[in-house]
Amino acid sequence: MAEQRERPLSPHLSVWRWGPAMTVSILHRISGGAITVAGLAVLSWWLLAIADGSDAYADFAKLASEWFGLVVLIGLTWAFFQHTLSGVRHLVTDAGDNFEIGANKNSAIATVAGSVLLTALLWFYILGGAK
Amino acid sequence: MSLGDSSTELKKVRGLGSAREGGDHWIGERVSSVALLLLGTWLIASLLLLPSLDYATVREWLRTPLGAVPMALFVITSFCHGLDGLKVVVDDYVHEPGNNFALNTLLLFLAAGGAALALFALGKIAFGGGA
Repeated sequence: MAEQRERPLSPHLSVWRWGPAMTVSILHRISGGAITVAGLAVLSWWLLAIADGSDAYADFAKLASEWFGLVVLIGLTWAFFQHTLSGVRHLVTDAGDNFEIGANKNSAIATVAGSVLLTALLWFYILGGAK
Repeated sequence: MSLGDSSTELKKVRGLGSAREGGDHWIGERVSSVALLLLGTWLIASLLLLPSLDYATVREWLRTPLGAVPMALFVITSFCHGLDGLKVVVDDYVHEPGNNFALNTLLLFLAAGGAALALFALGKIAFGGGA
């Protein structure tokens, strides 16, 4: 390869006022990374536990219902909903729509509101139904 | 005609025509995202509709075609989409070619291994004997 020249970089994170679109953009990355690394690990572990038998499944279920297990599962649920809703927003902009500043900003806020609401509804249902 | 290092990048490629390819990774990531929109909705709806999440119920569900087949698709598609996403992050932040290649190769091996492990577990559940 040719020698690496220092390319001019757009001054970004340090100079722009933080806004919903930037927040949702970085959340898309963080949530995607989290559900890929931790989410797929939990999914694989869960499937292996079922394959292994009732004792292994009981161990998994015990850890999953401890407070730290619930923190991980609720966190992953939120990351899943955030990444999914933000992903749909990405598909819309990929198709060429939703570039107006107001609508783009509102849809960014809506993904966070939606992911928090869906996570809350799902876990109230699960924890409420378990009693 | 290229004038070697004295010509600009644009001058070197002008007149060569567009490659008409190279968007595969970007397109593939969107296609798998739409698949996961369907499969993710199926997974959450299925877990909510199961009468309970105890060992026997979950195992019976994953032994039926309508449990095992979408779960296999979910495992394959989510590992592929997760790997696609992590590659974008690596390509954005790891610029040194050797490190970039090494890290992307490591992620490929981890994703392939994880997906194979999850599919093995699923196969054992679906096709294994006993109760």
